[in-house]
Amino acid sequence: MTAASGIGARVLRTEDKRFLTGTGRYVDDLPLARATYAYFLRSPHAHAKIKSIDTSAAAKMSGVVNIFTGKDLVDAKVGGLICGWVVKDKHGQPHKAPAHPVMAVDTVRYVGDTVAMVVANTYDEAKDAAEAIKVDYDVRPANVDLAKAFDKGAPEVHPEAPGNMVYDWEIGVKADVDTAFAKAAHVTKLDLINNRLIPNAMEPRAAAAEYDKGTGHYTLWSTSQNPHVLRLILSAFVLGIPEHKLRVIAPDVGGGFGSKIFCYADETMVCWAASRVGRPIKWTAERSESFQTDCHGRDHVTHAELALDKDGKFLALKVETIANMGAYLSTFSTAVPTYLYATLLAGQYTTPLIYANVKAALTHTAPVDAYRGAGRPEATFVIESIVSKAAAEMKIDAAELRRKNFIPSTAFPYQTPVALQYDSGNYPPIIDEAMKIADYKGFEARRAEAKSRGKLRGIGFSSYIEACGLAPSQVVGSLGAGVGQWEAAQIKFNPTGNVQVMTGAHSHGQSHETTFAQIIHDKLGVPMDQIEIVHGDTATTPFGMGTYGSRSLAVGGSAIIKATEKIIAKGKKIAAHLMEASVADVEFDNGVFKVTGTDKNVPLAQVVFAAYVPHNYPLGEVEPGMDENAFYDPANFVYPAGTQICELEIDPETGTTEIVAFTAIDDFGNIINPMIVEGQVHGGIVQGVGQALFEAAVYDKDTGQLISGSFMDYTMPRADNFPSFKLGYKVTPCPHNPLGVKGCGEAGAIASPAAVMNAVHNALAPVGVKHVEMPATPLNVWQSIQGAQHQAAE
Amino acid sequence: MYDFAYHRPKSVADAIGLLKGKTEARVMSGGMTLIPTLKQRLARPSDVVDLGGVKELAGIKVEGNNVVIGGMTRHADVASSADVKAAIPALAYLAGHIGDPQVRNRGTMGGSVANNDPAADYPGAVVALNATVSTNTRKIAADDFFKGLFETALAEGELITGISFPKAEKAAYMKFPNPASRYAMVGVFVAKTAAGVRVAVTGAGATVFRVKAMEEALSKNFSSAAIKDIKIPADGLNSDIHGSAEYRAHLVGVMARRAVDAANK
Ligand SMILES: Cc1cc2nc3c(=O)[nH]c(=O)nc-3n(C[C@H](O)[C@H](O)[C@H](O)COP(=O)(O)OP(=O)(O)OC[C@H]3O[C@@H](n4cnc5c(N)ncnc54)[C@H](O)[C@@H]3O)c2cc1C
Repeated sequence: MTAASGIGARVLRTEDKRFLTGTGRYVDDLPLARATYAYFLRSPHAHAKIKSIDTSAAAKMSGVVNIFTGKDLVDAKVGGLICGWVVKDKHGQPHKAPAHPVMAVDTVRYVGDTVAMVVANTYDEAKDAAEAIKVDYDVRPANVDLAKAFDKGAPEVHPEAPGNMVYDWEIGVKADVDTAFAKAAHVTKLDLINNRLIPNAMEPRAAAAEYDKGTGHYTLWSTSQNPHVLRLILSAFVLGIPEHKLRVIAPDVGGGFGSKIFCYADETMVCWAASRVGRPIKWTAERSESFQTDCHGRDHVTHAELALDKDGKFLALKVETIANMGAYLSTFSTAVPTYLYATLLAGQYTTPLIYANVKAALTHTAPVDAYRGAGRPEATFVIESIVSKAAAEMKIDAAELRRKNFIPSTAFPYQTPVALQYDSGNYPPIIDEAMKIADYKGFEARRAEAKSRGKLRGIGFSSYIEACGLAPSQVVGSLGAGVGQWEAAQIKFNPTGNVQVMTGAHSHGQSHETTFAQIIHDKLGVPMDQIEIVHGDTATTPFGMGTYGSRSLAVGGSAIIKATEKIIAKGKKIAAHLMEASVADVEFDNGVFKVTGTDKNVPLAQVVFAAYVPHNYPLGEVEPGMDENAFYDPANFVYPAGTQICELEIDPETGTTEIVAFTAIDDFGNIINPMIVEGQVHGGIVQGVGQALFEAAVYDKDTGQLISGSFMDYTMPRADNFPSFKLGYKVTPCPHNPLGVKGCGEAGAIASPAAVMNAVHNALAPVGVKHVEMPATPLNVWQSIQGAQHQAAE
Repeated sequence: MYDFAYHRPKSVADAIGLLKGKTEARVMSGGMTLIPTLKQRLARPSDVVDLGGVKELAGIKVEGNNVVIGGMTRHADVASSADVKAAIPALAYLAGHIGDPQVRNRGTMGGSVANNDPAADYPGAVVALNATVSTNTRKIAADDFFKGLFETALAEGELITGISFPKAEKAAYMKFPNPASRYAMVGVFVAKTAAGVRVAVTGAGATVFRVKAMEEALSKNFSSAAIKDIKIPADGLNSDIHGSAEYRAHLVGVMARRAVDAANK
């Protein structure tokens, strides 16, 4: 191993050469001979009965190849889209699972619901024809207000889910928690909304498909984060194409944040229609379609209460949440506000009793599913908001209250009252370091100085924990998951000594091609430029579960390690033969096999060559070739943790918030490439700050139209909204995976909303503001200040 | 985008000729508004007459006490012009805060003023500086030009050829950007010119408007203290998810005071 590029080195990203020179290959770039183009006609109404669809005029228009509607799918007996995780309600009953037709049959249930697919020689012709389709809608009242979704008389989204209730789920024993509350010296109560977000990956979703009549083979190119899972869903549940006759390829993918995990209507249609049309079909979402139809994120209404003793020790936590599912249950939607949310409510604390009740609601809005952090940002926001509120109410320093309740480092493995067992961690040094870097001591002086400039300065903490590295298969299976969550790797040496590493994970911006190569380089001593990471194609990679839930390194990387061990074990046998030594005497170091205590050695490349040209070779004991695969099922989740401190200034005249300093200290376990990890943390923080200060998916309460349906109205965080971040690491290696790694992809987004909002509340406390919902836009902050002033005047 | 005939004339006369009799034709300057409109199929012109090749329309000249800016002059050129910076620095500042670099390198003064988006920045400068809009047929005073939401005094087929801005003794522009689009949610241009003091507000209403009460107060005492008690009524102001009418009314006061302070610096 050369220190310059092995584990721990800041290796520049291998993939950047093509990304930065415009030579990446995305689905839309695909040249397909004789391609047709699809356009989807989408519902302009949030809720309507379809009385009729007349495609006759459209079908005659120039260039039109074919038009499909929901009825065609019914006739062809195509299955509906599925939700892959069965959550059992508090009575042990499985959640209500309303049908999710790939295209609407008789009812549309959100603005953007798929109504018809037009396939034409060009995209513009398809779009022209779609305008000529006459749909007769009987518009019905829509239910888009989550807080009112269960109200009597709220418009029902599906008859299969009476009262719009998908499940009424709980964890913990309510009676025990109530008893603890009765004894509490102090109870802090908090009502909050976790605002709905639109993912906005830079690359919109896209699909292309081709059908080979001779072999009956379908190829689907998709912007998927997990091509194998997409293939499995399409094969086993939706289209019935045998798995071996369907190849799913996700080439370069330009961001996803979760939104590209799921199996969507449009890519399903493109695949299905390819054989009917007899020519390849291409489709790329327009940005407006992304806004309307990518699964949205978050969207909770929550009431929480924290019971404390007189010294500030947490006695119990009670949380009630209504979670929006949207109009249909997307692939992992049901798990997000339950097993990825309520199980995290212990946070970094020893809270002995926790009860959570989660009700999932259907509304006439786009489906809601996992979005960067998926459930864990929502949980962190509840805990870290209520802890800071309790600190303010009890007049205890926010850091001190946290420290008082941290799980001590000696208590690991630590069993929380909400199912998870934390494997490792050491929280106090993290917050100490964060406070040092953020100069917490100097804050009051900075606040006073800001006040002299007319600004309100605030500081806020967020000490998060997350469970990622999804996931031990048997654990998630027992909780209702429809799949296992191991990962796979294959290491295939070529005779000339270079190596291809096939992984079931798939990068959509995470730099796997660099990080995974560093692992191979470190473990096998192969030079970086002799390593290729292969991913994203079901035909060339082993079945794997894809990339989400900060799992690729912890689970996929561990599979790679296991495969390297097999390579080394096999190599030792071959090397022993070549060196005429006993296998027990052969050691492997930095790409070279050696006989212990001698200067006899043979490089790995030579062993590989011998394996492919086995002339002088122990054929009786060892098979030829150097090609090993491994599957890895994790023993537990991994538990990254950290503390963020946000410092900001509010202009009380305009309500504008400016972040002036942001510190994040994380424990991600061992770190392979600090530069890449920093990139992940930067992006995560920005996304979380986006939620806290800028982003909101807003539907019109009466019409159900998506008001924030373009960048003109949906506020994306931008570079000039941020200072330079101050980052640092504290390492407690993960004890149960071979790399000792945790996950880093979601942490920034999980922690930062609470850090920002605690700082906002801290800044606004002197002017009497009690509560501000996210996003703390200038309007929202200004109105909160006005409200507080009115109250003070009364 | 629907199909249309594309033309690229070399002179104003040719452009006018191409537009004549074609009621569904549209001119294009920077295309920063027109092209997104076409792509969203919100407009279906028969012809697009691209003014990009009309050299006589672009450029900045100082004529006596006026800075004359051609209709096809890009925002970036206004922002970086030494003449504009010297004569009316607030105008250069305004141009430099429109959109992003791509938009500033394509978008034009003529296109922006002709379009009269309620959230556009330039109308504030045109009215506050009491500029004169020149077209291929006439000259129109600022106060007569902006008629309402996306509505101007321009007749069908009439082109903005340039805008003449009197030099200002004092002037400043304060923009409160819409958090999402970064167009002006409220923009206040305050100017003291030979014509007196003017306060023009963009972004807050259906179209740019003047605040006479502030103008009178500032004429007597050009300081932010002079206008600190002047309240703008919220009635009729724009209201959306980013700003209520009350908030916009409040921001007009804040931005006006800040603009006066900046102008006095
Ligand atoms: C991302 C983005 C951000 C933006 N941000 C801002 C902002 O912050 N502030 C702001 O003020 N603006 C903003 N704009 C608008 C932009 O600055 C342009 O000023 C505006 O789009 C119009 O100028 P244009 O030259 O592109 O006109 P075009 O798009 O070419 O034309 C606009 C309209 O005016 C007509 N027209 C064009 N030229 C003439 C002429 N000479 N005579 C008569 N009619 C004419 C056209 O027919 C069309 O109807 C933004 C635009 C974008 C895309």
